[in-house]
Amino acid sequence: MGWFKRLKEGIQTSTVNKRETPEGVWYNCKRCKETSRVKTVKDNFYKCPKCNYHIRIGSHDYFSLLFDVEEYTELFTDIMPKDALNFTDLKSYKERLEITQKQVGLTDAMAVAEGTIENRPIIIAAMDFAFIGGSMGSVVGEKIARAIDRCIEKRIPLLIISKSGGARMMEAAFSLMQMAKTAVKLSQLAKAGIPYFSLLTDPTTGGVTASYAMLGDINMAEPESLIGFAGPRVIKETIKKDLPEGFQTSEFLLEHGFLDFVVDRKDLRDRLADLLFLFNQKSILTNKVLSTKTKL
Amino acid sequence: MKQVAQKVNAMVFLEFEEPLKNLYNQLDKIKDVASAGDVDVSIMERELMQKIKDKRKEIYSSLTGWQKVQVSRHPERPYTLYYIEQMCNKFIELHGDRYFADDKAIVGGIADLDGETVMIIGHQKGVNIKMRQYRNFGMANPEGYRKALRLMKTAERFGFPIVTLIDTPGAFPGLEAEERGQAEAIARNLIEMAQLKVPIVCVVIGEGASGGAIGIGLGDRVYMLENTWYSVISPESCSSILWRSWDYKEQAAEALKLTADDMYEFGLIDGIIKEPVGGAHSAPEVMARALRRHLKKVLTELTQFSAEQLVQQRIEKYVNMGEFNVGTVR
Repeated sequence: MGWFKRLKEGIQTSTVNKRETPEGVWYNCKRCKETSRVKTVKDNFYKCPKCNYHIRIGSHDYFSLLFDVEEYTELFTDIMPKDALNFTDLKSYKERLEITQKQVGLTDAMAVAEGTIENRPIIIAAMDFAFIGGSMGSVVGEKIARAIDRCIEKRIPLLIISKSGGARMMEAAFSLMQMAKTAVKLSQLAKAGIPYFSLLTDPTTGGVTASYAMLGDINMAEPESLIGFAGPRVIKETIKKDLPEGFQTSEFLLEHGFLDFVVDRKDLRDRLADLLFLFNQKSILTNKVLSTKTKL
Repeated sequence: MKQVAQKVNAMVFLEFEEPLKNLYNQLDKIKDVASAGDVDVSIMERELMQKIKDKRKEIYSSLTGWQKVQVSRHPERPYTLYYIEQMCNKFIELHGDRYFADDKAIVGGIADLDGETVMIIGHQKGVNIKMRQYRNFGMANPEGYRKALRLMKTAERFGFPIVTLIDTPGAFPGLEAEERGQAEAIARNLIEMAQLKVPIVCVVIGEGASGGAIGIGLGDRVYMLENTWYSVISPESCSSILWRSWDYKEQAAEALKLTADDMYEFGLIDGIIKEPVGGAHSAPEVMARALRRHLKKVLTELTQFSAEQLVQQRIEKYVNMGEFNVGTVR
């Protein structure tokens, strides 16, 4: 008997999802400008082998990196974005959605999947920066809400991987309310005694930082990620001063007490496995245990 | 209405109030004539006052989104401390977040609202140039949100309902604000407010800009005064990002659908509190009385629910917010 009952066949990392990730034979590092073989970069957890720059990768790349034998079931794939406001700026939101969906091969900025890490079940909700700057709209909020329901129902820990410019302007107040929606759901998860791990990656700003990304039982971040509430440009314009070196990086947040630790992408899976192990161990103080069943 | 007694050059007119300004100018001239000679102008004066009244009504009955944004920012608009002073018999302001500082952009304290103790918290803008700076233009730092949470926790411990008044152009985008965790402070308030065991009533009394607003704005009932706005971003910033220019604020204000009417239609707020014709600033006492009546009514309604019911309904309310399709590709 297999571990998973697949809801849908063959939802594996498809090439279209890797738009941000290196293609072809050679990879030119955005930061150190050095050239490496794409194969080497991939084997190096999508990090530059020369300068350890963590390349921005998509939800399905994380799923493949983290889940046991790269197997997982994607959930809630039927939730699609909607243009409730009939929003138009230079382009209509409807059109923007269509073009983006076609270009990046995703329906919105978040994918949720269920699987195991070192045989312990976990639900991972990961954001895609390629989809309108990873912006949070109603779909992101709804997927998080449903993921949390499932975590509570099955007593499975939750990991959210944030990578977002903030709330999605084209959904205006609806996207603002997703901050409240995700927070009220997380309050339920906390009450149920289910651990929530938050991984902040480059970049995590705005309404996403100011809601679920900062609310983990464990807050962790990939190295040198931009993390903040206001964007650096806005702050610079407001205070009319240059920003200090390293401002709003993961290391800056760690130093100021807002992260539990910074984790290199190559260690991420092991670290999560350890967390799942430690949070899963029966405490002498409580009988509440998380699901230990690997069967889903 | 105290403004009628003012000289026109002491009054603040918004650009779309230009016709009103002209009428007030005429009024001033008539009065000057009257004081110069012994001419009886009372009839003309009365006629002109009626004209002003009609014109004001006409202008204010069809404000655009951007015009409402302007009204919400009117420099003479009443702010949180004014409402507290007008609505409450007693008020003791409580200061400080107990960690770092006392934020001047968010005020709060225990108050007697018609014979009941409530915790009132709100953004506070300054009433003159000096005070606007002192209040940081109503843009709170993390310690403001943490002070608000401390007061809410106190209210919960003693069973006092919570009233929050929202009026901010946004949480302060400063260097120290980031160092001290602006995002964490707002996020913490949201998750804590979700589970507070006392009624929470929130009212947007001016500007409801984004995270800075919702940071004290998660409640059992959320209302907006008639000429206020509430959205994910200000029209100016939205214009600068999506239109790549500051010049499209009117269009942005329309596109964002940020007025009280829009928000009520979307089911994102629970009701609209009418303002006096000409906006809250034209008759602040009338506005304060209306707000007090409304709060009293809503708080009474909410007393019928147990703490568990309140939290349950609050969570359900926010879970239902969102517009998406299921199972179709739009």
